[in-house]
Formats: sequence, structure tokens, C-alpha cells
Amino acid sequence: MNLIHFDIYQQLLKEKSGLVLSTDKSYLLESRLSPIAKKWNFETLDAMTIALQGVPDQKLVVDIVEAMTTNETSFFRDTRPFDMFKDHVMKYMKEARSDKKSLRIWCAAASSGQEPYTLAMILKELEPQMPGWRFDIVATDISHDILDQARQGIYSQFEVQRGMPITLLMKYFTQVEEKWHISQDIKNMVKYDYFNLLDSMSALGQFDIIFCRNVLIYFDQPTKGAVLDKMARQITPDGFLFLGGAETVIGLTDNFKAVPDQRGLYGIPTGPHFAA
Amino acid sequence: MKSCLVVDDSRVVRKVARRIVEDLGFSCEEAEDGQKAYEHCQGGMPDIILLDWNMPIMSGIEFLEKLRAMDNGDSPKVVFCTTENDMSHIQRAIQAGANEYIMKPFDSEIIQSKFVQVGVLNSSE
Repeated sequence: MNLIHFDIYQQLLKEKSGLVLSTDKSYLLESRLSPIAKKWNFETLDAMTIALQGVPDQKLVVDIVEAMTTNETSFFRDTRPFDMFKDHVMKYMKEARSDKKSLRIWCAAASSGQEPYTLAMILKELEPQMPGWRFDIVATDISHDILDQARQGIYSQFEVQRGMPITLLMKYFTQVEEKWHISQDIKNMVKYDYFNLLDSMSALGQFDIIFCRNVLIYFDQPTKGAVLDKMARQITPDGFLFLGGAETVIGLTDNFKAVPDQRGLYGIPTGPHFAA
Repeated sequence: MKSCLVVDDSRVVRKVARRIVEDLGFSCEEAEDGQKAYEHCQGGMPDIILLDWNMPIMSGIEFLEKLRAMDNGDSPKVVFCTTENDMSHIQRAIQAGANEYIMKPFDSEIIQSKFVQVGVLNSSE
């Protein structure tokens, strides 16, 4: 793909999703966009690019943005955050919410569902110790296709083995030919919705815990800060934010602060997780 | 250094597995069937055993049952690594005392994550 055309997609993606596409990703663009060109009956990728410069069908634009947003995920992706969720965050919440007995969790980039389902399985395992609790997991993504996939909850043998303990596979999946289907019980704990992190978050309501791992890395600095500031308004004063291992809030926002000794975990600076 | 015993009748699989576990920082021994693995364990228990199911002379599941009945036979972690990928095999393996289960084909990422889960390796994030 030539660089002028690359610019067009780069701008489109930035405008629609806030994602920044670096030039070294141009190879990715061709492989991801060719199927879209084919789906929309363009002879070539260039023909689609030309059409895009006119008054394009908004559905085409949505397809293109979806194809370009990355979806890399697995169950228990990095073991550590889920250990932290179970051992630190849930331990805290069990006490802090003992009156209300309910928790709202947001997976802000749900992708094909592995992260929200992992959380649902962990919570299911905690149920005997937390009778009568209500857990709501809201899982959002910018890609409609990937959300459909997540709702189905069907995974390959490779996918279910990356990070997931065999006991959880035995408990919460059924095998249908070569695929593994997650149980209805677990599916019922997760509500999927389309959401663009650039949009206003106020309608989403308050959350006790937000997972936003490995998403910010695709945004430029001002957008990262803006997304974090908005999230700070949607989180309870003693809530927890999970970011990816390579991500930080330093230089982006003062509204979140790293929780000591818990890598990747953040809280509101005035909250109870920090000594005054 | 922690030790891993790779039990598989395929020399190719043993070679691939050896490379992966050595990269993860384990010393590696090999056995080509359950009987050889049993004899190896009589001489000393490894920290972890990567175990195929279908092998001549003694199968993986027979070996596992004998291992768990040995003195100190509970100490090694056992991770099945087999083409048997149906729930009944998985259940049987876990009942017999396997700690984890890998359905072939595998790659280094899967082995690593299973080793972390059974606690012979620290999570590297």
C-alpha cells in the first residue's frame, strides 16, 4: 500500500476510534482490509480507498474501523492480574461491599470475550465463600463482529489452553466436535455492549472495578489521558483500575495512582488504597 | 535447577519438548514409555513430568497410577500432553492424579502457562 493511501486509513482510524496506526503496521493494513474490499465488491483495495475519499457508506467505514482494531487476547492473559483480582481486589471488596453484596465490573476492551469470561469463572469459583452476592460484568468493545464472537463463547482447542487451568475447562466448557463452548451459567454473568472509549461514559454508570488492559497503548498521549480522566469519573472512590503490564498513568492523568506493590493496579489518589 | 522428565514414544516430540523446557530453565531427562519413566522415578523424583498417553509397554495413565502409589510419588507435578482431547480422557487423567492436561498440538506458550499453573514456574508478565 502506498503511503498516501496509508494516511487516509490512519486519519480515518484516529478520527473514529482514537487509535494510532504507526507506519510499520502498513503490512497489517493490507491483510486486514483486503477481506473488507472483497465483502463490499471492490475489485481492488485501491478501489475501496478511492471510494472512501468520496461519500462512503457509513457501514463500510464501520467495517474498516473494526478490521483495523486489534483483537489479541486469551483466557487468563498474563496470570498475575487475575491473581491480583482474586487475592487483593476481591478480598478488599468482600469486606468493603459486605452490606451491599454487589459488584459492578467493566471490561473496557472485551474483544472475543476471554477476559470477561475469565473474571466470571473466578467469581463463580468464589461464590461459595460469598453467598447472596450479585456480580455484574459489563463487557464492551468497538468491534461488532468481535462482540458477536464473544457472545457465542466458542473457542478453539488452542484458545482454551492458553492460560486456563484444566479444572476450569472441565467445569465450565462443553466440547462440541473440535470446539469448546462456554457454559450458559458463565455467559449469563456477562453483558456485552458496543462502546467506543472516545464517547461519553456517563451513561455506563458507576463501576467498582475496571479492566482496561492493553488498550491505551494504541492511543496517542492526549487521548490516553482523556480516557483515563473519564474512567476516573465512572469508578467508585475505592474502586480499582487494571491496566496492561506495559501501561502507566504517569504523565497522563493525576486522577489515578498506582497501588503500591500491585503492578498494573490503580486507584483514585484520595481513596483508601493510599496512606494519607 | 528444577528437573523435567519428558515421557513420549516419539523422538521428535521429546526433542521439541526438551527444547521448550530447557528454554524455561529446566534440566531435562527423557523416557520413551511408562516403564522407563517408572524406572527413572525409582532412581529419583523429577520436579515435573510431561506425560504422553498412548505408548507401548506401559501407557501414560498406567504409569501415573503406579507413580502416585510410590513412596514420595505425590511429589512430582504431572502434566499430560497427548492427542487424546475428549472430556472423558481429561477426567480420567485428573482422577488418576494428573495436575494439568495439554491437548496436542502444543507450543511453548501453552507449556509455559501450564508450568506456571502447577507452580513449578513463576509467572513472567
